[in-house]
Amino acid sequence: MDHSCDILIIGAGPAGLHAARAASRSTRRPSILLVDENPSIGGQIWRRGAPAWAGRLLAGANACSISYLSSTTVLQRLGPRAVLASTLTPSGRGPIAARITFDTVILATGARELFLPFPGWTLPGVVGAGGAQALVKSGLDVTGKRMVVAGSGPLLLAVAGFLRSRGALVAAIAEQAPPAAIRRFALSLAGYPTKAFQGLMLRARLASVPYWTGAWPIRATGTDRIERVTIRRGDRDVEIPCDLLACGFGLVPSIHLAAVMGCEIRDGRVVTDDLLTTTAPHVLCAGEANGIGGVECAAIEGEMAGLAAAGMIDPARRLLPARARARRFAALLDSAFAPRSELSSLASPDTILCRCEDVTTGEVKPYTTWREAKIHARCGMGSCQGRVCGPIARYLFGLDPGDARPPAAPVDVAFLAAADPGAIPGESPLSE
Amino acid sequence: MPGQVTVIINNEPVRVESGSTVAAALWSRGVRGTRASVLGHPRAAVCGMGTCYECRVVINGVAHERSCMVECRDGMMVRTTPPASAGCEHDNLPPRLPPA
Repeated sequence: MDHSCDILIIGAGPAGLHAARAASRSTRRPSILLVDENPSIGGQIWRRGAPAWAGRLLAGANACSISYLSSTTVLQRLGPRAVLASTLTPSGRGPIAARITFDTVILATGARELFLPFPGWTLPGVVGAGGAQALVKSGLDVTGKRMVVAGSGPLLLAVAGFLRSRGALVAAIAEQAPPAAIRRFALSLAGYPTKAFQGLMLRARLASVPYWTGAWPIRATGTDRIERVTIRRGDRDVEIPCDLLACGFGLVPSIHLAAVMGCEIRDGRVVTDDLLTTTAPHVLCAGEANGIGGVECAAIEGEMAGLAAAGMIDPARRLLPARARARRFAALLDSAFAPRSELSSLASPDTILCRCEDVTTGEVKPYTTWREAKIHARCGMGSCQGRVCGPIARYLFGLDPGDARPPAAPVDVAFLAAADPGAIPGESPLSE
Repeated sequence: MPGQVTVIINNEPVRVESGSTVAAALWSRGVRGTRASVLGHPRAAVCGMGTCYECRVVINGVAHERSCMVECRDGMMVRTTPPASAGCEHDNLPPRLPPA
């Protein structure tokens, strides 16, 4: 199946949807194709709760040509202005190949959670903090389930509040940041009254749940699933029985597709200029992939990228101050909730670091580059292609998992063969 | 969410709210491992958003499907991998090299 458009937008979260809306308002009436890996729009933060305007936009409210493909994963570049994707048929069968040609592509691939290894973190029932929210929003019933929320960042409060609203018994929230950092952060919110109000409301809703700062998980135990988590709190350890541990230490940019598209990646982020142009031709990038900035920042950058892709450079430029303000707030968050050094010594040498290939922390430690760790220890060589263990290897050992090669997601060789990339002259996905 | 759908998990019918993902259906009767790791340890969904690949199962005969990314449909056949079946995914894996 082939698709052709003026502007291809990859990712239907806040950045991608804002990009689509901004571009759709152009008098040039560009044709827009929005694709997302998930069954529904909204990305992780708006999962099944995207604003009403997004639905109207995709229904054609702005009288422009806009199409949307769900369950669609972009795998690789086929040429300067073409990509190969896997998608489903309208009746849900697949995967089938889709070749998409475009003038400009906007990457809005968002973020994923930072997981850090501790003994027992691979037990079933240890999930991400955002992961728990995503699973519950997609149908997991947690009524009566005993849960502990741990890790770092304001997301923990939001997740705990959400889980409680769905009937879970949240035994405790363990925030690794020290109390002083949280106090400083709370004071700095004076410059952001809306966010201060949101924070207070969240905390008030959770008044009966213990919120421990300077506390973090050191161990999960159980036979074939988590049964207890041990939280270190100051100089004592507290063991809490639980059905699920929701644990995330913040977010990291999702840069795999950008790397595969040929964009320069530095310090785990996509490199762009002021107007979000990457170093790869015809490729813009908006939102979390450029560095974690939060939903407002993603929305602003999405709008900027949509305007820029549709040729409206001055209106895009006028958003620069708003973007700078959003990025400043993100920097505040970053410094308040930075992982403490104790977290890097939670894993013992026999704790799994790479979950796909069951590579232990001790097996990765001898290597000084990500490439060596891949070749010799098979770290990052499994299905997730380093999406989970890459940021861990960076955090624990300073390895830089900057590279990513096509395809951007695992796919059957039979699928690639059937996709017949030779149909596009001059390029083959296997000729990397 | 209107209605329910029935999926078949390891030959047993499981009813879930329509719109639920397979990952949610797999834990509808309790948290458990749904895949065996390379060393045979039980693993299950972690990220819930398609990045960690821990929730892989066989769906309608297709292996390595991310259950968190697939919505349940009536009659869908889902198969998990029992734990302690080490090597089932990588039968032809070369032996690991010692550190250089």
